[in-house]
Amino acid sequence: MAIEVRIPTILRSYTGGAKVVEGSGESLNDLLSDLDARYSGLRARLVTDEGALHRFVNVYVNDEDVRFLGSLDAKLSDGDTVTILPAVAGGAFGFAAAAAILGHHGTAGSAPAR
Amino acid sequence: MTRYESLLDACGGTPLVGLPRLSPAVPEGAPPVRLWAKLEDRNPTGSVKDRAALFMVREAERTGRLRQGDTILEPTSGNTGISLAMVAKLRGYRLVCVMPENVSAERVQLLRMYGAEIIFSPAAGGSNQAVATAKQIAAEHPDWVMLYQYGNQANVRAHYETTGPELLRDLPTITHFVAGLGTTGTLMGTGRYLREKVEDIEIVAAEPRYGELVYGLRNIDEGYVPELYDGTVLTRRFSVGTRDAVLRTRQLVEVEGIFAGFSTGAVLHAALAVAHEAVKAGRRADVAFIVADGGWKYLSTGAYGGTLADAEEALEGQLWA
Repeated sequence: MAIEVRIPTILRSYTGGAKVVEGSGESLNDLLSDLDARYSGLRARLVTDEGALHRFVNVYVNDEDVRFLGSLDAKLSDGDTVTILPAVAGGAFGFAAAAAILGHHGTAGSAPAR
Repeated sequence: MTRYESLLDACGGTPLVGLPRLSPAVPEGAPPVRLWAKLEDRNPTGSVKDRAALFMVREAERTGRLRQGDTILEPTSGNTGISLAMVAKLRGYRLVCVMPENVSAERVQLLRMYGAEIIFSPAAGGSNQAVATAKQIAAEHPDWVMLYQYGNQANVRAHYETTGPELLRDLPTITHFVAGLGTTGTLMGTGRYLREKVEDIEIVAAEPRYGELVYGLRNIDEGYVPELYDGTVLTRRFSVGTRDAVLRTRQLVEVEGIFAGFSTGAVLHAALAVAHEAVKAGRRADVAFIVADGGWKYLSTGAYGGTLADAEEALEGQLWA
């Protein structure tokens, strides 16, 4: 058995459009390196140059946020499901709109130009 | 004390009720593991957001940001708008809400009933379109006041000063606090208070996992983290999908008679996870969780009946928390 990894739409350009891919590794760090060998560039979208998880990326192991399980050092086992999601506040609509009006870039993420 | 001078004074002080049937069974002689629901639907407009709305308006009045007759602008898709509409009505302000079209009909009716004006942004454009609409309105009306619940410390203080102390008073043996993660105000305020008072308490977040259509993000850099959020307050954070949230919401009304909105189902899912872990470890646990609102506003979704798959489909593309 391997580890199932769910990829959000906005990152599927790295996986040839695949929604779910498989990988292996004893930690999240290992898993992302393993995936990057086949889906080049994916890791760099999730991990900063300083080696931390990107601020606007949330990664869950079996639905639990890895930031509370050791981040990149979070331990993985065969059969685990890893879900990658962009960080969005619940009620994202209100937040996106309000943050954009107030010009809270940086923290809030930049408002997309239209 | 059950007599109040006005509806605003009746905010908070909600009941904490045990869930003897949903709490996991423990082996004979093992320490008890109990679930407790804090019924925030018992607030004046029926949701936990009354606490934050009242604190934010009072703070803006105190600092002179809000004066009689002013207009409050709130981009909201949910309960905060309804709470603010009630507070605005009683305190003498006009409220304008900007919201996407794909919110439930009950919310729109409630807002109008409380006297709020609503400007819709097309659902198809997701949050990008909503941002554009809200920005345009704000630019046209620079004098309108936005309380901005995602960055307003009065939101956190509402829970630090009321929700937290109420919980500790009613459940001095509390070991876990579980709530939904949205503006993060409930978890930050209650969590900070309880961490100061209760050694080794666990503060657990449950966030709704929506379909990606709801977010409408085009790349990672469009993500959002509310200014109020401080990850060091939490000990764990769960992402809960629509199916699990619906399943638990139904279980809560079927087994314990508590009719809640779907965000509560997500919270209960996380609460049950930590409760079952405690049973496995043979540890005593008093797990208190927030029932953010009742189910009334979501009846039109149809997600309380039929199969789980039907319900999941009915909620697809909707903001259910």
